[in-house]
Amino acid sequence: MSSTLSHSKTHPPRARFFSVPSLETIAAWLLALIWIFPLLYAFWAAFHPSEFMVSFTLFAPLTLENFADAWGQAPFARYYLNTFMLVTTVVLAQFIVCTLAAFAFARFPIPGKNVLFMLVLIQLFVFPEVLIVENYRIASELGLINTITGIGLPYVASAFGIFLLRQTFKTIPRELEDAARIEGCNWLEILWKVYVPLAKPTYLAYGLVSISHHWNNFLWPLVVTNSVESRPLTVGLGVFSAPETGVNWATVSAATLLSIAPLLIAFLLFQRQFVQSFLRAGIR
Amino acid sequence: MDPFAGVRPGAFNERYVIMSFTDHRKMQLYGALLLLPAALLLATFAYLPTIATVVNSLFLPGFRGAPTQFVGLENYQVLFSDPTFWKVARNNLLYALGTIPTSLALALAMALFVNGKLRGRGFVRMAYFTPTILPMIAAANIWMFFYAPQIGLFNKLLGILGFSGVNWLGDPSVALGSVIVMSIWKEAGFFMIFYLAALQGIPPELKEASDLEGTSRWSFFWRVTFPLLMPTTLFVLINALINAVRVVDHLFILTKGGPNNATNLLLYYVYENAFSFFDRTMAATITVVILLVLAVVATLKFTVLDRRTHYQ
Repeated sequence: MSSTLSHSKTHPPRARFFSVPSLETIAAWLLALIWIFPLLYAFWAAFHPSEFMVSFTLFAPLTLENFADAWGQAPFARYYLNTFMLVTTVVLAQFIVCTLAAFAFARFPIPGKNVLFMLVLIQLFVFPEVLIVENYRIASELGLINTITGIGLPYVASAFGIFLLRQTFKTIPRELEDAARIEGCNWLEILWKVYVPLAKPTYLAYGLVSISHHWNNFLWPLVVTNSVESRPLTVGLGVFSAPETGVNWATVSAATLLSIAPLLIAFLLFQRQFVQSFLRAGIR
Repeated sequence: MDPFAGVRPGAFNERYVIMSFTDHRKMQLYGALLLLPAALLLATFAYLPTIATVVNSLFLPGFRGAPTQFVGLENYQVLFSDPTFWKVARNNLLYALGTIPTSLALALAMALFVNGKLRGRGFVRMAYFTPTILPMIAAANIWMFFYAPQIGLFNKLLGILGFSGVNWLGDPSVALGSVIVMSIWKEAGFFMIFYLAALQGIPPELKEASDLEGTSRWSFFWRVTFPLLMPTTLFVLINALINAVRVVDHLFILTKGGPNNATNLLLYYVYENAFSFFDRTMAATITVVILLVLAVVATLKFTVLDRRTHYQ
């Protein structure tokens, strides 16, 4: 869309190398700098003593004190463990439950299948966090308050996962299935040996989206947990940095970076996969 | 005479199906079993709670162990005569109007920037997208450094320029705007990737043809690119609408719905009613309002957007 594209036919590429950046380039960079600035500022604040935060001396001495403070003032190790367990179990359980349901929708003659599928799709709009009041009651009746299971279980039967996997399974040629059946595979073996391996890109995409979502999820985990033993990082961070607690800002910065670091690093390393996954998951 | 007259194609298949009637039954059973875990979970955490929420909004809890009492639409009358509810609903509408058009326009601009041969494109794209990866809570924490009244960066900058500071989150007339700005920052990059994918799907021949005709870039954008992006715009719009109702995490850090409900949004109001005021009935009634809004969005999606998409 940029002028560079449209003029590339008339100018040799070398000629543009020394040219003055176009207005568009300047605008793009300006916007990029504005967009990344908050994060850079948080970085800067986390690595400098808190007294410099107010005066914003750019080359103030570096320190790791803030991280040590944050780590000491709140049980972040435990929060890490909780988030890690939550994300792992949710994604694994989603894979299993959604695979089975998607396989049924893609290949089995279930009466009223289309109506059932529309019913599943309703969950794309009615999320567990919208129904916090009733889901809280149900979770407490099932004895799931303050457990990792309680945080994750409402998300396991994900309409989104079922939908994505069903679409993928439908594209897999029946001939492969027939071949496997001739070799004596039963349905579950066919699913495991034919469908699941061929749907790997979908699992990767859905997995990354789901990991990001549950690493970052806040409202339902806040409602359903009430102690350090089950709180994930987001809730821990929310409790820690609530303005009324009066924790100093540099420490809050450090704590914020601690909670976002693993996902942020993963994103920076695997940018393409993340963006592709969000796209694949979004365009349906 | 054609010996196969009257035999429809596919009849052999049908015969096959009839012959393996018990097999067919078996497959139905198998399919149902495969669906069972998902069905149970969806029933427990989506359908039952939805129904229970609607039912609860029609009853009043009995005091001191008295049975609950059916009151019809009385809870809704109470809700609709509550000025706070209207304030919160209006906030949510303003929040949607404030965040959605701006973040869509910015997302489109970002996609156009990044789609061209920009120097340092990788960095620029990364800068746009990174806020998407952060939890809303972390984003709110970071923006707190900007908005805080005394030591916040915005007021320090204003101070340097000789202006008096603004109470970004404490002034009822400014607070919602501050929340909106942060949400735009968080969301625009996410919508950008959908526009970017759509832009890359536009055949380059169109641009070449318009260059031959000497069409200006401005009119090429409005006459060709923008209309071709319409399905993407609709898709993104629906996602943005859902987010405007669903995401209230940042309020827990930034304003807690204050000052005096100036930044309160519907879902946060549900949370307050349920877990701060312990008024489950009111919480259920507001939840029904949210469910109705989501139903409108869902209808919009399934009628307008999915005319193009095939579910089969």
